[in-house]
Amino acid sequence: MKNKLYINGIASISAQAGNAVFSDSIAEYHQNIIPAIAPNYKEFITATALRRMSGAIKMGLTAAKIALKDAGTSMPDAIITGTGQGCQQDTEKFLKAMLVQNEAFVSPTAFIQSTHNTVGGQIALNLKCRAYNVTYTQNSGSLESALIDVQLQFLEQPVPETILVGGVDEISEKITSFLYLDGQLKQEETYNLDLFKTGSPGSITSEGAHFFSISSVKSSETYAGLLDVLVFNSNTSEEVSERINRFLKENHLTEDAIELVILGNNGDSRYDHFYTPLQDEIFRNKTQLGYKHLVGDYNTVSGYAVWLACNILKNGEIPEICKLNSVPIEKPKNILIYNQYLGENHSIILLSSR
Amino acid sequence: MEKGIAITGMGIISSIGNNVEENYNALCFGQHGISFPEILKTRHTNLPVGEIKISNEELVKKLGLPKNHAFTRAALLGSIAGKEAIFQAGITEAELKETGFISGNSVGGIDKTEEYFQEFAKNAEIRRFIKAQHPGFTTGQISNYLKIHGFVTTISTACSSSANAIMLGARMIKAGKLKRVIVGGTDCLTKFTLNGFNSLMILSSENCKPFDECRSGLNLGEGAAYLVLEADEYIAGKQVLGRITGYGNANDAFHQTASSETGEGAFLAMKKALKSSGISSNKINYINAHGTATRNNDLSESRAIQRVFDEIIPEFSSVKAFTGHTLAAAGAIEAVYSLLSLKNNQIFPNLNFSSEMKETGLQPVLGLTSKNMDYVLSNSFGFGGNCTSLIFRRDEK
Repeated sequence: MKNKLYINGIASISAQAGNAVFSDSIAEYHQNIIPAIAPNYKEFITATALRRMSGAIKMGLTAAKIALKDAGTSMPDAIITGTGQGCQQDTEKFLKAMLVQNEAFVSPTAFIQSTHNTVGGQIALNLKCRAYNVTYTQNSGSLESALIDVQLQFLEQPVPETILVGGVDEISEKITSFLYLDGQLKQEETYNLDLFKTGSPGSITSEGAHFFSISSVKSSETYAGLLDVLVFNSNTSEEVSERINRFLKENHLTEDAIELVILGNNGDSRYDHFYTPLQDEIFRNKTQLGYKHLVGDYNTVSGYAVWLACNILKNGEIPEICKLNSVPIEKPKNILIYNQYLGENHSIILLSSR
Repeated sequence: MEKGIAITGMGIISSIGNNVEENYNALCFGQHGISFPEILKTRHTNLPVGEIKISNEELVKKLGLPKNHAFTRAALLGSIAGKEAIFQAGITEAELKETGFISGNSVGGIDKTEEYFQEFAKNAEIRRFIKAQHPGFTTGQISNYLKIHGFVTTISTACSSSANAIMLGARMIKAGKLKRVIVGGTDCLTKFTLNGFNSLMILSSENCKPFDECRSGLNLGEGAAYLVLEADEYIAGKQVLGRITGYGNANDAFHQTASSETGEGAFLAMKKALKSSGISSNKINYINAHGTATRNNDLSESRAIQRVFDEIIPEFSSVKAFTGHTLAAAGAIEAVYSLLSLKNNQIFPNLNFSSEMKETGLQPVLGLTSKNMDYVLSNSFGFGGNCTSLIFRRDEK
């Protein structure tokens, strides 16, 4: 038995500012590595603390605070974080210093903040929250792993609780640039809004933080219900279709119950075929949305898809810029999010209206 | 009182042995694995470490990997330990298809990033190691090698990573989400971590002395260990090595790297573990302490233990003087040792101890000690205030 969970607070920091996707002010880029648009961090973090913080910590802590505030709560009963690449900026800083100085007199500051659970730890520290605190780092299945833990927590604790869960990843100068070398990034600089038309190998990347306040209790502000999450491995797109069908059955839903799908297409000619049977067959008559042309691709980018779905389920507005087909939809009740990266860490997140 | 989740297999590689038997023998004979770095190419050749004296090339040969493999050292060590655990539990290839794998890992393939950082731009052949930097990649390599095709994930909470991995596996089985899961962790020595801990001035220039008044810091180590956890419906006829009855994770919320003076996070983690076990603290026969031998950890942990156990503190010891601090792997390595303690009714000694800490007056177990045991509590604490306690219990027939 699954108990329904409710997403009562949401936050997004990405390459698109705030609710830009629902307006005409979409940020356009002509580069393959896109920094996030910073909110006014000073509203959330003291200036002294900010100076010591890398991008991931700033984004993660701020998004965490926004999500909690949005849900009208301040102290979560657990903090669960996903990050594929962790605190890459501080890792790079320490690594460079160590190599340049040939292991002599390296300052510890960057090392201290280089562990993957730094963001989760800093959120705990800032909130003075001594509750359960775990960080998952499973490439593009990191946020999804965190969400699976959230489901478990609620199974174990049926009493009303609030769990703060989120994903965060940052770009860094050198390590992110390596992604050109091994072909994760497109070799030609790309206009982001043309990402799906490129037909070349590789994608574009960015950074961001997406946090959610989840509870077993519905509120008047609830965005969506979190029905189920799955991380799986698959070698072929046929297997993916099969697994999605099985997943829907396990949730006592038919394909018809899904009115809108958010897909992780990233313009990589080598891997976008995983979405083809979904787009052309299973979900052919459903509204299909994409988002990576707006916010790039990185390990926890599916947080943006969850954020988008939450807004759509609550307000019913579907951003034109995201549409991959022209199937109209009024107000969807169930949204399925499917993502994969380089053919690995396939994931499904199923959300419903409140 | 919880029956607990059955453990049907275990595997380990550390600086004191390449499998469970070798580790057990070294623990019994007091043979530590602390030496100076030889495999790790570092200028800090004067810093003692718990290094496994097998080169990557030899490990590759042992595992029979193809020439163009992209295995990090952590993946090599993890594959060896995972293989032993699966073999002992007798898991078939068909069963592995739906077996889960949850691995704790902190530095992933940073050993390769630090080696190739300046080379990636020039040499196309080594670029397969670019993706290897992040822990999830190492986990993927191990699960592929072991032919595991179920739920795969990685936990990275610094030095409590594999303890949290064990905890998640037990929780998933208890919740009926998995029938069978392999849990544990792996980390290798790297220049990154050696220099990092050195820059924090918490590495000892001598063999570490956990819980000693004159302790002078930790020795880094490397290793991997995995346990096979199975739901009771699937273990017919198998030997059960022990059970996980309780677990707790809490955050110290005090400082990014230092523990609070009262050990609040550690205290809460131990309390939660006892509660989830459904037992009172006097049931614990032995504490396998985190005991890294830093000034800060050992005092903070001792105080937390005093708070949890009040007047009657059970026997305790830290095995870090045997293996060094193996970071993300420590919780899993010490889970194997806790199970060996339960199986053999033995407490492994806390080496290099000579005088009690002034603040606590606590003395760990100093020699190999026989004691009938039902419950062992094992602690693992990490950066980011992350504190985890696990409770293992003898399997009752």
